[in-house]
Amino acid sequence: MSDDTDVVAVLNGASKRFGKLQALDGVNLQVRRGNVLALLGPNGAGKTTAISLLLGLQRPDAGSASLFGLAPHLLAARRRIGAMLQAAAVPDGLRVGELIALFRSYYPNPRTIADIAAMAGVEMLLARQYGKLSGGQQRRVQFALAIAGRAEILFLDEPTTGLDIDARSTLWKTIRTLVNEGCAIVLTTHYLEEAEALADSVAVLANGRIVAEGSVAQIRARVAQKKIRCVTSTDAGAIANWPSMRSAMRDGDRVEIVADAAEAVVRRLLDQDAQLQELEIQRAGLAEAFVEITKEAA
Amino acid sequence: MNAIAQSTVMSSTAYRSLPAYVLEAKYEFLRVLRTPSFAVPTLMFPPLFFLLFGLLLNHGNAGAAHYLFATYSVFGVMAPSLFGFGVAVAIEREKGWLALKRVAPMPPGAYLLAKLFMAMLFGALIYLVLAAMAFALGGVRLAFLQWLALGVVSIGGALPMCALGLVIGSRANASAAPAIVNLIYLPMSFLSGLWMPLSMVPHFLAQIAPLWPAWHLGQLALMTTGQPTTGGIGGHLLWLGAFSAVCFGIARRWLARSS
Repeated sequence: MSDDTDVVAVLNGASKRFGKLQALDGVNLQVRRGNVLALLGPNGAGKTTAISLLLGLQRPDAGSASLFGLAPHLLAARRRIGAMLQAAAVPDGLRVGELIALFRSYYPNPRTIADIAAMAGVEMLLARQYGKLSGGQQRRVQFALAIAGRAEILFLDEPTTGLDIDARSTLWKTIRTLVNEGCAIVLTTHYLEEAEALADSVAVLANGRIVAEGSVAQIRARVAQKKIRCVTSTDAGAIANWPSMRSAMRDGDRVEIVADAAEAVVRRLLDQDAQLQELEIQRAGLAEAFVEITKEAA
Repeated sequence: MNAIAQSTVMSSTAYRSLPAYVLEAKYEFLRVLRTPSFAVPTLMFPPLFFLLFGLLLNHGNAGAAHYLFATYSVFGVMAPSLFGFGVAVAIEREKGWLALKRVAPMPPGAYLLAKLFMAMLFGALIYLVLAAMAFALGGVRLAFLQWLALGVVSIGGALPMCALGLVIGSRANASAAPAIVNLIYLPMSFLSGLWMPLSMVPHFLAQIAPLWPAWHLGQLALMTTGQPTTGGIGGHLLWLGAFSAVCFGIARRWLARSS
């Protein structure tokens, strides 16, 4: 907003139709230097289509996509990006070191092999053939290929699917380092804690439209509801009829309540049952917000 | 905006694409060599066929060895070309590897040139083996330029065959591609007279032979070794050139659409 040279990737009213399916419908997105944008949404919401348009793999039917002010399919734009695609089967027969060398050769100013290997956590895998690696190791190699060219913007389509906890935290650490150096990141993920941990801004897609966008906190605030749990003898069916109630269910001696105005509900719960125990109140995470927003949009 | 434009210019002038072309070709060749299910039959079948039909079953028939040496040299380059393009491109396109490399961004042309080079290298290897067998076991004696010319035909034959393979690879899905390639590769070899002279097959099959690119290549191969052929060198070259251009044109459109 203040400085437009910071904007590295733009979707402007972008629409894309595949046959009868409107995959993307007038989507606006902006990605800035040093920012992480997380694209969230259920399968088929248009996340991968949005990324394909920004990568120049698909052309929008209406609206436009651009990278660094250039058309995304141009070499000059693509030499400044890196991508980890969801469905990219790397040939089995090549060794990890060979794959990295090949991808380095595509870029004018690549990182060194040692740097790439350390950043992606594949130092021990360089001499191994890709086809003989585990799924998580293959994912790390794909990340290594994405960062080979010192990209100014990285597109990561579900980067940590299939990674164990250690590998995921290595990847998160590298992503944060890259962001601190000014790299922009577009991330799609099913792991909401990943978006919460990394993203500066979030765009929620449903049926090809952006149904919510903002910071993680703003998205979370859109869903005011809180989750209340306690051990009480009060009847869950009766609680469910109280005002501002979303749901109330009994699970053994515990009652689980989702309500918009937690304070009033808690006051009434305590009034009704002096024996009430183990009271817990949880703010909705991105997961709940996300379910709620996409439900509204559907 | 200025800074961005400037750095674009700088990065594009700083980039040298030659190493990418070289690595692309090198790793394509290594990848294929490390796929024994592809490399072994591709390299072994033409020499084995030659041994069996050219040397053992037609023992003492110098004409057969002479004829089959020329035609199997063409047959040899067909498999790496048709499978290397038809099957490998279909798989890499469908599985997203091609898209990732395009985004990466691989220099335009490096992908196809690497595969063409791989097919030519395989064609050359097969030709060398066949030539050694023909000389040592089949009693084939040619002038130096004739050996050379047949080598050029078998390596250059990669071009129309890769073009045909590319048409398949740019459209067929990965699971169907091997069947489609086989359906073209084996019947076309037979119908083009690569396995036996067309005088030995039903007349109408011989008559439609000019429809097949492999027939034109076979005629060129026979021509270089001084054997009777149909048609002139210019006509065959023109036909093959036009065929390659049309195939590349179709494949380009299909590939662009699939990206």
